[in-house]
Amino acid sequence: MSALIEVKGLDKAFGGVHAIEGLSFSVDAGQVYSVIGPNGAGKTTLFNLITGLYTPTKGEIKLGDRDVTGIPPNKLAELGMCRTFQQMQICMNMTALENVMLGRHLQLKSNLFTTLFRLPALLKDEEDCRDHAVELMKFVGCGDYIDSEASAMSYGALKRLEIARALAAKPKVVLLDEPAAGLNAVESAELEELLQKIAAQGITVVLVEHDMKMVMGISDRVLVINYGRKLAEGTPEEIRNNPDVIAAYLGG
Amino acid sequence: MLKSLLHNRLSGLLLLAIVIFVLPVFFNNPFHYDMATQIAIYATTVVGLNLLVGFAGQISLGHAGFFGVGAYFSAIMTGVYGWPPVITLLLGAVLVGFLAFVVGRPILRLKGYYLSMATLALGFIIAIIINNEGWLTGGPDGMPVPSLSVFGWELSTFSSYSFLGMTISGSLAWYWLAGVLLLLGVWLAQNLIDSPIGRALRSVHGSEVAASVVGVDTARFKNLVFVISAVYASLMGSLYAHFQGFITPDIAGFMESIILVTMVVLGGMGSTIGVILGAVLLTLLPQLLADFHEYEMMMFGLILMLTMIFMPKGLLPTTQRFIRSRLSKKKGEQA
Repeated sequence: MSALIEVKGLDKAFGGVHAIEGLSFSVDAGQVYSVIGPNGAGKTTLFNLITGLYTPTKGEIKLGDRDVTGIPPNKLAELGMCRTFQQMQICMNMTALENVMLGRHLQLKSNLFTTLFRLPALLKDEEDCRDHAVELMKFVGCGDYIDSEASAMSYGALKRLEIARALAAKPKVVLLDEPAAGLNAVESAELEELLQKIAAQGITVVLVEHDMKMVMGISDRVLVINYGRKLAEGTPEEIRNNPDVIAAYLGG
Repeated sequence: MLKSLLHNRLSGLLLLAIVIFVLPVFFNNPFHYDMATQIAIYATTVVGLNLLVGFAGQISLGHAGFFGVGAYFSAIMTGVYGWPPVITLLLGAVLVGFLAFVVGRPILRLKGYYLSMATLALGFIIAIIINNEGWLTGGPDGMPVPSLSVFGWELSTFSSYSFLGMTISGSLAWYWLAGVLLLLGVWLAQNLIDSPIGRALRSVHGSEVAASVVGVDTARFKNLVFVISAVYASLMGSLYAHFQGFITPDIAGFMESIILVTMVVLGGMGSTIGVILGAVLLTLLPQLLADFHEYEMMMFGLILMLTMIFMPKGLLPTTQRFIRSRLSKKKGEQA
């Protein structure tokens, strides 16, 4: 198996504070890879670095065999990387369906001319896009909200909507930042099932999550970070028995 | 039935066409037509501005500047150099589009207050240049503009034409021209919004971060809509110059920019038909308040404040929501 994401010697400093320090790891294609760590360990910073929202102070990030360090997020989307956010980023001025259709932005071939005069090519493209988005909304379990405004949806449904939008871009890898945060037990179980379905389609899933039951249940590999550094990496079984990890979590 | 009309994407355009068509029945002197023409010109301008402000969520407090450049370009090139008006009008739009493109790249990186300040400054610069270059623009005294000639027809509000055996006054001809252009402007704007490009624009408003992670080049789309709205303003500025026959630097000034933004906010940001309503109300208002001319700007300020407090979504969207909720209540009672 080849590495899809490879991070080498990654460093990010905010002023004098090192949020991420000398971090290296790699994610193989097709894996479910989880990043865990105590609050403030640098998990979201790590995601923002990988997805181009932050520029690393030092280090290198590779997607496939391409160096993508410091590339802006919209270019990374073109290369097949998509993500969701811990603080959800949904366009509340649009309908639920339009949010998912937005995810297909890069697949659409319209230009200003076909748009302004609403030529048949555009309409055909839009219809396909709509059908695909409806399918994805059903896939993530938002089928009841197809005609809703995004602002009328519940928190749990919006979380799934954001996943649908990420999938709409037909990514090779999705990075999900705490998808289970704020969900109840039933919703969490549904989410776990959804993540397994996504992985089964061959899409690599990178996860930041606090729900240990979920992480241990679905991950192929787990990375533990603390104070921006790698504390441990391995299979869920190895992580569960690692004395350093237990110490970091229990404050021993 | 009413509900389905509220949702249909072309219903607004159809309604507008009916209004434009029926309105002359109620007009009984040329002044009414001239007023309506002026309203249509401003309405088309704010339909373009609304693409930027209402849909893409970016502010421009200098939009009258683009309107002014279009107007003065037409006035100077047709009046002084004798260029044909229609070609000048189009070239002016290309020039303004290019200007907006070049200026837009750096300033659209700014957000909120900073973008307001930058666009404000842009408007001021344009107004100052028009005021100071008196040898070219006539300075604060303004300058005359030749009438618009279309395919050899001199379109002037003072003359009249015979067309298919009927006599058409110049004012009526201008009314139809401005009305048709308004419809065209609305149609193009609605097509733009209801498309992948429109979705990308609205997503920049909704969440710029979300837009960028799904691959939207936010800088490019902001610049695109800035250029489009500037082109709308330029075309209407040129038209306005020919229509009025005389222009002064006021049309490019700060007050004018504020009025344009007030039209958008009052009518309803993100509602193409709504902003036309805003243009109608705010163009008629000074006529109704002619006796209180000194207080005009105060009234605009007051309207803007009251709108922000009591109906931040604007006149039309608020009314639509009210009607919809009444309708669904009625349905509930029947069931």
